[in-house]
Amino acid sequence: MSAAKRPPLPVILLANDLLDGEVVFRSDKGWSRDPGEALIAFDDEAAVALEQAGQRAYANNEVVEVALVDVSLTGDGKPVPNHFRERFKVNGPTVRLDLGKQAVYGRR
Amino acid sequence: MLLDARGAKDDVWIKPDQVPQVQASHRLVLWEDWAGDSEVQARGVEIPNTLKIGDLLPILGQVELIAIRFGAFTDGRGFSLARLIRAQGYKGTLRATGPLIPDQFAYALRCGFDEVEVPDANANRQPPDVWLRAARSFSANYQRGYATGVNILDQRRLARAGR
Amino acid sequence: MYRYDEFDERFVRERVEQFRDEVARRLDGSLTEDEFRPLRLKNGLYLQLHAYMLRIAIPYGTLSSRQLRQLALIADRYDRGYGHFTTRQNIQFNWPKLRDAPDILGLLADVEMHCIQTSGNCIRNVTADHFAGVAADEIDDPRPVCELIRQWSSAHPEFSYLPRKFKIAVTGALHDRAVVKAHDIGLRMVRDRETSAKGFEVIVGGGLGRTPFVGKVIRDFLPEDELLAYLEAIMRVYNLEGRRDNKYKARVKILVHEIGVEAFREKVEAEYARLDVASINPDPAEVERIAAYFAPPAYEKLPAQSTALDAAMKLNPAFAEWVEINGFEHKAPGYVAVTVSLKGIGEVPGDMTSDQMRHFADLTDRFSLGELRVSHNQNLILPDVKKKDLFPLWQELGKFGLATANVGLITDIIACPGLDYCSLATARSIPIAQAIATRFADPVRQRDIGPLNLNISGCINACGHHHVGHIGILGLEKRGQESYQITLGGDSSEDAAIGDVIGPGLTGDAVPGAIERLVAIYLQERREGEPFIATVKRIGQAPFKAAFQHYVEGLRDHAA
Ligand code: HEM
Ligand code: SF4
Repeated sequence: MSAAKRPPLPVILLANDLLDGEVVFRSDKGWSRDPGEALIAFDDEAAVALEQAGQRAYANNEVVEVALVDVSLTGDGKPVPNHFRERFKVNGPTVRLDLGKQAVYGRR
Repeated sequence: MLLDARGAKDDVWIKPDQVPQVQASHRLVLWEDWAGDSEVQARGVEIPNTLKIGDLLPILGQVELIAIRFGAFTDGRGFSLARLIRAQGYKGTLRATGPLIPDQFAYALRCGFDEVEVPDANANRQPPDVWLRAARSFSANYQRGYATGVNILDQRRLARAGR
Repeated sequence: MYRYDEFDERFVRERVEQFRDEVARRLDGSLTEDEFRPLRLKNGLYLQLHAYMLRIAIPYGTLSSRQLRQLALIADRYDRGYGHFTTRQNIQFNWPKLRDAPDILGLLADVEMHCIQTSGNCIRNVTADHFAGVAADEIDDPRPVCELIRQWSSAHPEFSYLPRKFKIAVTGALHDRAVVKAHDIGLRMVRDRETSAKGFEVIVGGGLGRTPFVGKVIRDFLPEDELLAYLEAIMRVYNLEGRRDNKYKARVKILVHEIGVEAFREKVEAEYARLDVASINPDPAEVERIAAYFAPPAYEKLPAQSTALDAAMKLNPAFAEWVEINGFEHKAPGYVAVTVSLKGIGEVPGDMTSDQMRHFADLTDRFSLGELRVSHNQNLILPDVKKKDLFPLWQELGKFGLATANVGLITDIIACPGLDYCSLATARSIPIAQAIATRFADPVRQRDIGPLNLNISGCINACGHHHVGHIGILGLEKRGQESYQITLGGDSSEDAAIGDVIGPGLTGDAVPGAIERLVAIYLQERREGEPFIATVKRIGQAPFKAAFQHYVEGLRDHAA
């Protein structure tokens, strides 16, 4: 992905786990299921590092649908995607609040 | 890698970009060159999957190998073209050339192909034993009128007759 | 219903093992994601927003109680305790894992089910009239033909890598409940005018999505026993000539449109003339073998009227309403087919919990000979209920929230999963359906409004059939927000029509109000006994557009 194609900073990297399909976030410990643990890239260098980690993991058959997503930070510094589509993706179905990440990690 | 229903095999055909060492009759030429050259002595031709069967009819009797190019494995035109070629009574070798996947091997054989030629990069990931295993996935199939394999409808008829 | 013989059984088992092997090869890297994706799709496995999704075929909508119980078991063991019935007579589970998919397919095979070709660029699950076999207006039961096509299209060597997906629907009734004109191939069972021999009217090139088309007839009468060879000719023309340069132009509808129906017909007929049809078509005994499974059950001789039913209806108006709205005329005296609504007010259209499935399976055994149907309206049907049993059935259904009396009414909304689940969506559909249903929940008002099809899709792919809804709603993205475009005048019946956009897009919360305005115009303009769609056709779009425009301006003033 060229810089031009990268979303505006700050960004996080999300993907779906190949084996179970669940949404995962690139964290400092590899891939995490908790959106709160997502590494946030505030500059190009960090964004490129995320991107490359994603490409490696894809090539390694760990994840699919890898994407950098632009976020804003909540009061407590947690990332929330700017676009509603990715916001649903880190939360879960809005019609089933008992399911998805929102049920485990809280809504954001 | 070239393989047929029995496994990997050597390719005796000389590609357009290779220096001929074998006799001219085993030269494989591209359709564009064949169509442009009335003096061809080659006995093999590689055709695009968009070729109309009508254009091929005049040379069906002259060739021993027809290779149909699959641009992508998801492009299934070659399967229908193979059927049309066989329906014209062509008895020579029919080859599918391109990045096919093992899971298509049985389909290719049933549509009338004899062999498949895949790029080396694919063959490295998917060696011949994977292809042969994939080709055996189904012991019988539902469509009548296709080249190989046990047909379920005919099996049922036999069973009825035996009763 | 059809039962697998040893060949069907082995075929489905081998398919499960094939997929297990493919998954293993994906995980060890010998299949790339690009190579694996078409393979998993052909086994019904998508990747959605939150997880994988598994789409299970319910061929021509016929299901047994035993199969429904197995679906409940899968929902509990491998999913989150519920499933979603779709407009294509499939059921989808929203949370399966790739690692479990082969085992799930195995559990399905145990009850003669599968996910074969429920997605991908191949011939999809064949759909049919959900009242097949019991409808009073039926010429013939379409299900034996569907089963023949199901088998013929399964793992087809030539037609598994088509330019795009390919959907076939069959109806055997006068009234088209299978939307055959919105399919790649629609088959209408007809009789030859002179000889009264059985055959098909063949319709090609219908479809919804980005460019909706109503299908066109390419053969007025195809003798019954020539079907498979004729289908082979159509498929070959499409496979060779359908566009592959642009996936939005790859459906057969575009080919038919671009070269014209005449040229398409000529190509098909030329190919057909060349075929050795005897080597392709099944022998008559095979057709009879399949048809025998669909022979009508031994119905009891019952009086056409049931005094027990009449008495219960008099005593209980809510029950009477449910019978009138959800009941459907059966060909056997004393019987009725009942539609069980999966559109409880405020619920997710088409969703059913595993508890409801088990309970419903029991009721199916008790009241409908163990067989049920799935309709393209995302409802279930008990096809063979005795009139005298209706009251206890209704009471039992009520215990699990399945006795909603709204079939065909404004709250019987068809909605796709939209952005709550689907990764292709541009907006949500389910919350819009819920809001509209809640707005129109009053049973008296719903009945007064009468038959009205309201369809919602979460993107231009049109899985919710919004083009053919009397009122259609399409979710789009506009300036970073969900926006909803409303169409009017679509029709999914034998008078198939595509609706027209009536004005600018709205935000989700403004949609129920807009529907309210459209309904108000209808109530004001309708003639005695005239349903919504007939009024729209008679008075035209203008009065509705004007009311809509007025509403939109009101919203703007309000916001200003
Ligand atoms: C959730 C994942 C789904 C995905 C990714 C998906 C994808 C698509 C796509 C891409 C199309 C457009 C095809 C084209 O025009 O070439 C389409 C059409 C369609 N889908 Fe879906 N769909 C999904 C769910 C559903 C559901 C839940 C239903 C039933 C409620 C459904 C039924 C249909 C129908 C009836 C059409 C349009 C009719 C046609 O032209 O064939 N799909 N779908
Ligand atoms: S219409 Fe769009 S949003 Fe709805 S299910 Fe189909 S692809 Fe998804």
